[in-house]
Amino acid sequence: MTAPTPAWLATSDQVSKAKLELDQHTYESVQWHFHESTGSPFWLAKKAEFKFDPLKEVKVFDDLKKFPEFEDEWLRGGPVERWIPKGLQGKPTYVFETGGTTGIPKSRMVIDDFRIDYENFSHTLPDEYFPKGSNWLMLGPSGPRRLRLAIEHLCQYRGGICFCIDLDPRWVIKLIKKGWMEHLEEYKKHCIDQAITILTANHNIKCMFTTPKLLESLAAGLADKGTSIQEIGITGIFSGGTEFTPQWTRFCVEELLGGPTSESGVYMTPTYGNTLMGLACSRPVTDDDGYTIAYYAPQPRAVVEVVDFDDHTKIVGHGETGRVKLYTMTKEFFVPGFLERDEGERELPFHKYPWDGVSGVRPYRGFASSTTVGVY
Amino acid sequence: MLTINPIRWGKQYKSLEFQDVIHFDTGEPIAKIGQVNGGMVQMDMRKADNARKALRSIPTHELIERCKKAAYLFEHETLPVGDGQQSVADFIHQQSASTGLPEHMCRNNMQKNCFVLSNIDKILDALTRGLDLEIFSRGYGEEGRNVTVSFQCQTPVLGAVLPNNSPGVHTLWLPAVPLQVGLVLKPGSQEPWTPFRMISAYIEAGIPAEAFCLYPGGHDVGSTILGKCSRSMIFGSAQTVEQYSGNPRVQAHGPGFSKILIGDDVVDQWEDYLDMMVESVLSNSGRSCINCSGIWASRHTKEIGEAIASKIGGIEILPPNNPDAAIAAFTNAAMAKGTWSMVQQDLSESGVVDMTASFGERLVERERCAYLRPMVVTADSPQRAVAMKEYMFPFVSIVKCPQKDMLKSIGPTLVGTALTADDAWIDELTNATHIDRLNIGPMPTSRLNWLQPHEGNLIDFLFRSRAYQIVPMKVAQGV
Repeated sequence: MTAPTPAWLATSDQVSKAKLELDQHTYESVQWHFHESTGSPFWLAKKAEFKFDPLKEVKVFDDLKKFPEFEDEWLRGGPVERWIPKGLQGKPTYVFETGGTTGIPKSRMVIDDFRIDYENFSHTLPDEYFPKGSNWLMLGPSGPRRLRLAIEHLCQYRGGICFCIDLDPRWVIKLIKKGWMEHLEEYKKHCIDQAITILTANHNIKCMFTTPKLLESLAAGLADKGTSIQEIGITGIFSGGTEFTPQWTRFCVEELLGGPTSESGVYMTPTYGNTLMGLACSRPVTDDDGYTIAYYAPQPRAVVEVVDFDDHTKIVGHGETGRVKLYTMTKEFFVPGFLERDEGERELPFHKYPWDGVSGVRPYRGFASSTTVGVY
Repeated sequence: MLTINPIRWGKQYKSLEFQDVIHFDTGEPIAKIGQVNGGMVQMDMRKADNARKALRSIPTHELIERCKKAAYLFEHETLPVGDGQQSVADFIHQQSASTGLPEHMCRNNMQKNCFVLSNIDKILDALTRGLDLEIFSRGYGEEGRNVTVSFQCQTPVLGAVLPNNSPGVHTLWLPAVPLQVGLVLKPGSQEPWTPFRMISAYIEAGIPAEAFCLYPGGHDVGSTILGKCSRSMIFGSAQTVEQYSGNPRVQAHGPGFSKILIGDDVVDQWEDYLDMMVESVLSNSGRSCINCSGIWASRHTKEIGEAIASKIGGIEILPPNNPDAAIAAFTNAAMAKGTWSMVQQDLSESGVVDMTASFGERLVERERCAYLRPMVVTADSPQRAVAMKEYMFPFVSIVKCPQKDMLKSIGPTLVGTALTADDAWIDELTNATHIDRLNIGPMPTSRLNWLQPHEGNLIDFLFRSRAYQIVPMKVAQGV
C-alpha cells in the first residue's frame, strides 16, 4: 500500500519550472562571480586554483558539484573587502559576524542581501496576523549580527517601527562554558525584563521575532505578571535561531500561545537560517501534519540539500536522513555548497516552494556533543 | 511494547517525542517513554499550590492509611502504568532489564520502598520527634507543654531529579505525600519504573492524582525542576553535590564514601566481623552510596583484604534472573571501561595492592554491556588516592591508618560503622561532623534504620520552625 499523496505536494510542472529557474540563476551567478570585471578578489583568486573554468563549465545547478566545499574558516579575518564583488564596489557595505565568543569571528560582507531576503520573506507572512503598519519587537541577539538589522528592515518594509533589546550571545555562551548557570538565568531575566517593559509601554506592538527559548521565557515572564502573549496583543511571531522540534512547537501553540491560530489569534512561523544563506520558510505547521517543521530555502537565491553523511555530493532519498548542505548565489555572495552543522530529513517539494526541503533539523550527530547550541 | 506518558498534575500527557528504554543485554526496546521539555515544567509549576491544596483536603491520618494501602498495591498488585498494566513480575523484569541489576536485587529494593511506605506513620513519628502531624498540616498547634509551635511548609511540592540506574533511592521522597507535599519527579532514563509504579499505586490508593507530576526528559527538565521547586533533591556525582552545596532549596545526594572504621581495641578480632564487612561491600552489587568503599584499621589490613577477597573475588557473572547473581551489569559498556581505567590508575600507585588479582579478570565485556567483578585493594596509607575512591561496583579499599589519625583522614562519610567500645573514641566519632550516619558496633553500612533521618531530616528540609503567637480577640457579633 502506498502512502496517500499530501495535499501540499507541488506538481511536477511546478518542480520542473523551479528547476529551470535555478539552473538559469546558477549560470548567471557563476558568470558574475567569476568574471574578471565583476567577481570578488577572493573568488577570482580561487578560480586560478581550480582545474576547471567556472565560466565555461558551470551551466546548471548540478555543475556546482565541481567546486570544492565551501569552508567557513575562509571567512575568519581580513581584509573583508576581498569578498566584495568588483561589480558592487563603492556601495555602502555592512559586515555581519557569527561566532566570536573566543577568537576571530567569521565575517560576511553584505550590501543589500539582508533587505532582499527579508522583503521576500515578508511576502510569505499573512497580513491578518502580521498587520501592515504595526510595530515589532526584536527579542533576539543584538550586536554585529545580521538578524537585528534584518528584522528592523522587515518591520520597516511592512510599515512599522521595530523595538529592540540588548542581548549579547557571546556572553551567554561564556556563561554556559563557565558553568555560571545562576548568571545565565539572571541574564535571561534581564533580557525578558527588557522585552516586557517594551511590550507593556503602549507601543502598539503586534509582531515580534524571537527564538524558541526566549519565547518560552517571555511567556513565563508574562504569566508571572498575570498576562500572556495573547493578552499583551501579539498576533504574529516569527521565530528562529535555534532548534525547533514538533513536540516543542505543539507545546508552544497549545500552552504558550493559547491554542491553534484559529482559536488564539496568534500565528507563529518557524524559520531556519543563518548569516551565510538567508532565511528558509516553513510549511504551515499543523496538528494534522504531526507538527512537522519542514523548511524550504529561498530558491534560487539559496538552496538546501540533504546529503549523505559520507558522500556529500550524493542527495539522500525523500524521507531519509542526511547532513544539511547549503548553497548561496546572490549578487553579493557565492557559496557553492557548505556543510551546515545540522542534519535532518529530506522533504518533498511544497506547492508554494516547489523544491526539496528539510525537516527535523537538529545538530549534526558528529558535532552534537562538542558544540554549544541553542544558547538564547 | 509499553508506552509510558509523562504525567502532569495527574493527567497523562501524550508527547510527540519518545525515548526508548532498552534491554541492557539484548538491545531490545522494553518501553518507550514520552518526553517533556523544561518550558512545560515551568508553566506547570504555576499550579503547584493546587497539589498541596488537594493533599491538605485529606486529613493526615487518612493519607497515612492510603499510603499503607499504596505500599501493598506497589508490592503485590497489577497496576496501570502508561498505556498498559504492570504486574509485579513485569516490574521486576523491566527494572532489571534496563538497569542491569539482578532481579532479586530489584525485588529487594521494591520491598525496601514498600517497607518505608508501610511504616510511614512510625517513620514520621521518628522524624518529627513525636509531634502531632496535624501541626504540620495546619502550620501551628500545641506541642503539649502549653507552648504554641509552628512548622511552616516551605514548598507546595518536592522536586526530585532521580538517578538513572539506582532503584534504591526512592525511599527518600516517599514521605512527602503524607506530609501533604506534592511530588514533581524527573525519573532516570533507565529507571522510570519505580516512580511511575509508585505514583500509580498512590493514585489507586486514593491519593489525589493532581498532587503528582512525572517528567521524563532532558537536562533542561532537571534544571527547571531544581529552579522552580522551592525544595528539591538531586542525585548525582560529587561535582553535583559541590554545585548545590549551601543551596537551601536543593538537597544533593552524591557518592557516599561509606566506611567501616575498626578501633584498636577490637582490630585483633577482625575475623569476627568479616561477614558484616562483606555484606557492607557486596549488597545491591555495591551500587549504593551506603555500600562500604573503605575499611580503615591500624593493623591486619593485609589479612582483612585477603579474607574479603577470598569471599568475593571469585564471584562470577550470572544471568540477572539467577537468584545467586551478585553483580549488576554496567548498561553502558564505556562507563565500565572508563571505571576500569581509573582503577588501573589507582593500582599503579606504590603501596596499593590488588588482593583480587589472583581471582581472574575483573573487566568482563559483553556485546552491549560490561561487568566489573568485585575488587579488594589494600593501601598502606590514607595518602594513597584509592583511599578516597568509590565506584559503582563492589570495590573496597582496606586502608592502613593509626586510629588517632582516622577521623582527620577519612573525608566525608555518609555511613560510618565504627567497630569499637572505646568510649573516648566513640565520643570523637559522635562529634565528627563529616560522618552523616554513625553506627557504633557491627552494623553493616548498607543496613539502614528508616526511623533515623538520612542525609538530613526531611522535616527540616520541607518545614521551617518559627515563632507563632496567638492573642485571643473579641469580635463584635454581627460583624
